[in-house]
Amino acid sequence: MSAGVETATTPAGAATPAHQFDSLDQQREAAALGMWVFLVTEVLFFGGLFTAYVVYRWSWAADFARASRRLDVTLGTVNTAVLIASSLTMALAVRAAQLGRRRGVVGFLLGTMGLGSVFLGIKLLEYSHKAHEHLFPGPGFRFEGAADLRPAELFFSLYFAMTGLHALHMIVGIGVLGALLWPAARGRFTAASHNWVEGAGLYWHFVDLVWIFLFPLLYLVGRHGS
Amino acid sequence: MAAPIVPVRTCVQVFLALVVLTGITTAVSFVDLGLWSNVVALGIAGLKGALVMLFFMNLRRGPRLLPVAVAAGLLWFLILVGQTLSDYFTRGWLGVPGK
Amino acid sequence: MTEGERTTAAAAAPALRPESYLEGDHGLRSWLLTTDHKRVAILYLISVTFFFAIGGLMAVLLRLDLATPEGDLFQDDTYNRLFTMHGIVMIFFFLIPSVPAVLGNFLVPLMVGARDLAFPKLNLASWYLFNAGGAFTLWSLLRGGVDTGWTFYTPLSTVYSNTWVLATGFGIFVTGFSSILTALNFIVTIHRMRAPGLGWFRLPLFLWSTYATSLIIVLGTPVLAVTLLLVVAERAFGIGIFNPALGGDPVLFQHLFWFYSHPAVYIMILPSMGVVSEIVSAFSRKPVFGYRFVAGASVAIAVLGFLVWGHHMFVSGQSVYASLIFSLLSMLVAIPSAVKVFNWTATLHRGAILWETPMFYALGFIGLFTLGGLTGIMLASIGLDVHVHDTYFIVAHFHYIMVGGAIMGYLGGLHYWWPKLSGRLYNRFWSRLSAGIIFIGFNLTFFPQFVLGYLGMPRRYHAYPPEFQVLNVLSSAGASILGVGYVIPMVYLLWSMRYGPRAGANPWGAAGLEWRTVSPPPTDNFTTMPVVEGPPYRYPVPSETPT
Repeated sequence: MSAGVETATTPAGAATPAHQFDSLDQQREAAALGMWVFLVTEVLFFGGLFTAYVVYRWSWAADFARASRRLDVTLGTVNTAVLIASSLTMALAVRAAQLGRRRGVVGFLLGTMGLGSVFLGIKLLEYSHKAHEHLFPGPGFRFEGAADLRPAELFFSLYFAMTGLHALHMIVGIGVLGALLWPAARGRFTAASHNWVEGAGLYWHFVDLVWIFLFPLLYLVGRHGS
Repeated sequence: MAAPIVPVRTCVQVFLALVVLTGITTAVSFVDLGLWSNVVALGIAGLKGALVMLFFMNLRRGPRLLPVAVAAGLLWFLILVGQTLSDYFTRGWLGVPGK
Repeated sequence: MTEGERTTAAAAAPALRPESYLEGDHGLRSWLLTTDHKRVAILYLISVTFFFAIGGLMAVLLRLDLATPEGDLFQDDTYNRLFTMHGIVMIFFFLIPSVPAVLGNFLVPLMVGARDLAFPKLNLASWYLFNAGGAFTLWSLLRGGVDTGWTFYTPLSTVYSNTWVLATGFGIFVTGFSSILTALNFIVTIHRMRAPGLGWFRLPLFLWSTYATSLIIVLGTPVLAVTLLLVVAERAFGIGIFNPALGGDPVLFQHLFWFYSHPAVYIMILPSMGVVSEIVSAFSRKPVFGYRFVAGASVAIAVLGFLVWGHHMFVSGQSVYASLIFSLLSMLVAIPSAVKVFNWTATLHRGAILWETPMFYALGFIGLFTLGGLTGIMLASIGLDVHVHDTYFIVAHFHYIMVGGAIMGYLGGLHYWWPKLSGRLYNRFWSRLSAGIIFIGFNLTFFPQFVLGYLGMPRRYHAYPPEFQVLNVLSSAGASILGVGYVIPMVYLLWSMRYGPRAGANPWGAAGLEWRTVSPPPTDNFTTMPVVEGPPYRYPVPSETPT
């Protein structure tokens, strides 16, 4: 045990590993590595979209800056803070599981789900504004002050694709957390065995990470310009 | 060997740092830094990302394999973007029409 | 960790032959809900064989039409759909899953000395995902298929094609996740579940190849997935990401597409290379020459393979400077492949060669892969590629690697591990005969295509100038022989499952953990979990009663 870091030891007979594993430690390490490998695939999954965005932003720099200014930077900043807060509650949920605190796990999971829902609510608000302003890509797209509508429409296609995919991941994340509530309440997650909570935590933080990069790339282009 | 537990204090400190950095990145975007705007924005995002990975996702205390996996993911994304952009950036360098 | 902590239930009755994984739970439900990696491997065997038959049927129709210079068997549009679906089915539903999902699933836990993979339920889920994606693709095939070529170039695929792009694209998208889950399982299993004493440099080379393949799958497939999603979105919602009329860039599609699809060819060849390493060693009774170099070459191929995708885009408008870099890197990636070929050859040198069926396939692989690989280096050179791009030279090149290489490796592996998988031995005469038929049929089919391509016959055309007919007829004749060669193993392998003599634990006398357990293995693989004491490929194999 290293100094200054709390560690939880395995109480004898509390839980047994799945039959393919030799020990709970091996199972936990396998679960963690598995989740991280999955997150690497997600990096490349979003990465394809980021690549398309980078290429087009380089090609149409001025138009993208102008289009980006139509996004609500206040709502975007608030949403970023909300998501970061949800990462805090998620980290605390994992911590509660590591300490075997049943009520803590449930409480912090609920808090994370709540903050995640606030994020989605604000996103929905933004989307409805954009729809109202005819900024949804498609035949009804309108963008004042641009000789060529196409780059602006491209920006918004990418905006909705990237934030939409992100929102989809959040919805799945909230669903997974919800599914963990009942087992958590029943005491299924002990100090010795709580891989599901750790895995969900890693996934949730990753979704936060994606937004941390999406926000400046989409919302903060050319804010200083005229 | 069991998983290390992050103290509450650390979690809250990281949270506050992330919120502060968010405020900074938004504020700085209103300042005209020319081409440096991109560097600053991505730099702050990278710092925030590092904080999330090191503390919330426990990369600091976990097995050494995990940071390698993260680095591989990032490197591969950079290969995708970098080599794709290398096509676009070098178009027209040789005066061959269309290339 | 002592051996006592790693025993399994079957150790209770060591004197009797333990119940194999094929016995035990009976009934359809026990198979469809299995989490035993060996049963999942058999499920995959059935699925990929089914799709191979479909892809093969389309190949027959294509070659039939190509026997005459006029496009007189099918309409142009139908012909387009045939070659597209042939490519899609063969690549995504046969070549990519074949060795990893059938042989890999079966062997990885055995070779690391574990009871199962890290995530057995995810393994079963991956098989269902595979079939779900296959169902979408099959449905679209029955409704008329897709005519864009397996490469889905935009804006034909996103705007102008009137075929089932959405359904097929979505089917491939779903199947991609099946691939990712399998690879994830392999990576975690190899990292975290190796038997005591099994360090990385004691792993059999099949595991090194499987590991390298899994890395490619994990890093590349997601990019194809999101690209297909964008194609589907563009088609469904009319947004313009890849459509020049709406400000999009079709070359961007090609960059994203080939970022995966080039490494995909290494997904298809690396596992077969792993099989060849195992077979060459076993049937020369020698360790693989330069083990560390072969292991390193697998990883090198995986890494370098991601840096070369632009060699598919030399005539697409890619900048000349980028093309030069891609060209240079493409030549570099040949080096680790050559290292492997040299090391296999050195393994054979002064070995005690056993002329069994798996060895025939392995030797065929080495020769045909080398030919295909050499033509690949030719294609890496921009000047030559511009001349033969989109001709039959390309078609011949990739079929030499994919059929002469990958499929031969798959069949060799199937024949090598069949006794372990089924507990039966197959007929030696018919197996060696069909290997010969396949070799002859293959070369007759595809060698003329090198000449055709060099002379200028374009690919994806069913009408051609009459002076090309002789070579085309030779190719079609070869295809019919090849087809017969593929059918024969299906017959005798199936026959052996019922009537073949029972196999012992190690019928080939080969080294490797998988040969230290009975054939077929019990559900938990070993009665006593193994402990590894030395390097792989140690001959002669100490004779011992299998545990």
